[in-house]
Amino acid sequence: MDAVNILSTKGLTKTYGGIKANTNIDFVLPKGKTMALIGPNGAGKSTFVGMLCGRIAATSGDVFFEGQNINALPAHKRISLGIAYTFQITSVFAGLSLHENVALAARRRLGSDVTAVDAKVADVLARVGLLDRADQIAGDLSYGHQRLLEIAMGLAQDPRLFILDEPTQGLADSEIASFIDLINSLAGETTILLIEHNMDVVMKTAAYITVLNFGEILAAGTPDEIHANEAVQAAYLGTTTDA
Amino acid sequence: MSNTQRSNLLHLGTIALLAVAFFILPTYHVGNLSRIMVLAVYAIGYNFLFGYTGLLSLGHALFFAAGMYGLGLSMELFDLTTAPALVIGLASALVISAVIGFLALRTSGVSFMIVTLMFAQAGYLTILYFGTYTRGDEGFVIQQADRVLFGVDLSSDTGRYFAALALFSACFLAVAHLVQSPFGRTLVAIRENEERARMLGYDTVTHKLKAVIISGTISGLAGAAYALLFGYAGATFATVQYSIFPLLWVLLGGAGTTIGPLIGVIFMFYLIDLSSSITSAYMLIAGVVLVLLTLFAPQGLAGELRKRVFKWMP
Repeated sequence: MDAVNILSTKGLTKTYGGIKANTNIDFVLPKGKTMALIGPNGAGKSTFVGMLCGRIAATSGDVFFEGQNINALPAHKRISLGIAYTFQITSVFAGLSLHENVALAARRRLGSDVTAVDAKVADVLARVGLLDRADQIAGDLSYGHQRLLEIAMGLAQDPRLFILDEPTQGLADSEIASFIDLINSLAGETTILLIEHNMDVVMKTAAYITVLNFGEILAAGTPDEIHANEAVQAAYLGTTTDA
Repeated sequence: MSNTQRSNLLHLGTIALLAVAFFILPTYHVGNLSRIMVLAVYAIGYNFLFGYTGLLSLGHALFFAAGMYGLGLSMELFDLTTAPALVIGLASALVISAVIGFLALRTSGVSFMIVTLMFAQAGYLTILYFGTYTRGDEGFVIQQADRVLFGVDLSSDTGRYFAALALFSACFLAVAHLVQSPFGRTLVAIRENEERARMLGYDTVTHKLKAVIISGTISGLAGAAYALLFGYAGATFATVQYSIFPLLWVLLGGAGTTIGPLIGVIFMFYLIDLSSSITSAYMLIAGVVLVLLTLFAPQGLAGELRKRVFKWMP
């Protein structure tokens, strides 16, 4: 295993009955960089990250985190290793306050040290611009603010790898701009795997891009390489190279 | 005043009020209150699992009976004295809730309700099957001599009342502390959104198992105390009715509030007491009141209070 890669997969495959959602994915994620995972709807992106963080059991193949094979670890143990995950469909504790939502995320690592937890909560809520709403009930927030709360819950865990599943979905343009700033401010601090449809966000944040199509890796490389890749253009624009 | 101070005041005030009640209430109500406090311990145990963890069990009578028979049978069959018998009662409830929790937590939602109900029925039938030892439905009396703990005669009005108060206070304060601790907060997170809690790195299965064990053990403690204070153990306490009661008390009083279980038991106790003094069809009156309460205070009495007035209530 190469030390510069925080996460890698070998032959990762998921089949649902006869349908292959992911086929033989060999993937490497360089440490400290932001990687975007893109692909058309149904390409298998969410299935793939689901297998990384343990929500979905792989049919075959291996996942390595910091050189360690984590196939056998249940989701909560993988999270404890330092993988944070935000849901594609907003999933906050709707009945609890913002403070408590983030505190739950921070407490798993910081334990019962109330001062440290409170400081962490204030810090990350300020970072996503929700500090003045700390006492509100999460379910009362607008959709965009709930997305930001999700991100805050991820940040509060000080993750080594932060997986974000379509974080900008449903955000307003101004919120997307501050999201881009936030991601870029994390660069170097933590490794980010971003599933994203908004190409503007991808181009402004990602150092590397991996393209999934029909459950397989279609291309991987820097944004410029992907931009120029004909197979990617074909998949996105629907043109066929051969009839 | 901070929220923590407010809730401390609420909890200690409630205990003080119950202590004073002994000196100012007529004997009849003092007797009722002893019973209410022991049943409130049962409700507190149930509320810990249902109100705070979000697991609806229909089999808590099994844990109540485990405590009751653990104590009763070890006195009856092995001539144990009060304190060791009480420990056996507690241990029985702990072991049984650990086993049932381990098995039943493989299911969730409606299946969990059905599985716990089935286990409790199996427990009830086991008590009847071994009628030679348990005396089945008829039950058996706990001897007067066995009802003395640390020199206090638990069959006297005073001894019984203050033993019930001590037990209630201990469980009330312990659970109030527990639900505000990081462990309790995690249980609330599991109640609100289990998948999210799991994806924050919490081992939700272990947390739920611990919650079942704590809840079952408190319920068993209530069962053992009931046998000890009121001098009787019988299979009636293992019937499905005694699994439904704590659910009703907690729903009426306010699930997920620390004070709710006590309020629920008091309300239900006096509702039946008062309506049966008016008519023999007292369940009709009680039923109508329960329906009205469900319609207009769906979060229970303490739950509505928290929603409308005292938002700080734990």
